[in-house]
Amino acid sequence: MKIDTSELKRCDLVEVTGRIDSSNADDLMVAINAIQEAGRHKIVLDLSKLEFMSSKGWWVLIQAQKASKRYNRGEVLLAAVPPKIKDALDLVGIDKLFTQYDDPIDAVGSF
Amino acid sequence: MSKSQRTFEGRFENLAKIGEYIEGITAKTGLDEKQRYAVQLAVDEAASNIIEHAYRDVKDGKIDMSIEHSPQKLVIIVHDEGKPFDPSAVEKFDLELSLEDMTDRGAGLHLIENIMDEVEFKFNGEKGNTLKMVKILG
Repeated sequence: MKIDTSELKRCDLVEVTGRIDSSNADDLMVAINAIQEAGRHKIVLDLSKLEFMSSKGWWVLIQAQKASKRYNRGEVLLAAVPPKIKDALDLVGIDKLFTQYDDPIDAVGSF
Repeated sequence: MSKSQRTFEGRFENLAKIGEYIEGITAKTGLDEKQRYAVQLAVDEAASNIIEHAYRDVKDGKIDMSIEHSPQKLVIIVHDEGKPFDPSAVEKFDLELSLEDMTDRGAGLHLIENIMDEVEFKFNGEKGNTLKMVKILG
């Protein structure tokens, strides 16, 4: 897994490449926590290069969303989720808990 | 009927190898890309559960995979020799919970049961845990 983060004017963009499973989901948690602990809670996750995500990765996204939405200080948006991953994550309710965009630029622009 | 067997050391670092193995097998089954991905996810959840719980206090316990497929079905049997696993003791995953109340308890089992057409757990005191998962093909 590769995680690239960029601090933009209105939000932070996190691009995740490769595979998220029980071996490395904590690394994603650490990267997102660092952004949130710096007081930035508007986050776009660009998942266009994501190849696999188990429930461990899904749980990292849920925890990040809980932290961002607390006190209405922000939100985690998902962008470009590959269809096969989206279908599987819908089984654990990701569609209900995240606003999703096809294009990361539109997600960034929504803040 | 095609058959394949493989043993992996139960470490999180091996989950990617297990994923590649499952993808290699399912590529020969006629399942489409989304279904192949879902089967790979179900097996990852099963293996992660074994490493995290059954082999919690065991270093490098073995995970045996035995896979058969015919034009009608794909049968994946995952076996470990770790602590007994009782699926009825796992808290049921609740999709209706609000974000704030959402937990990850039971999420892996929920995925396995929703992706595969048949799921059966067996525990034999001496031989360990056996999980049989069936995906109907065609």
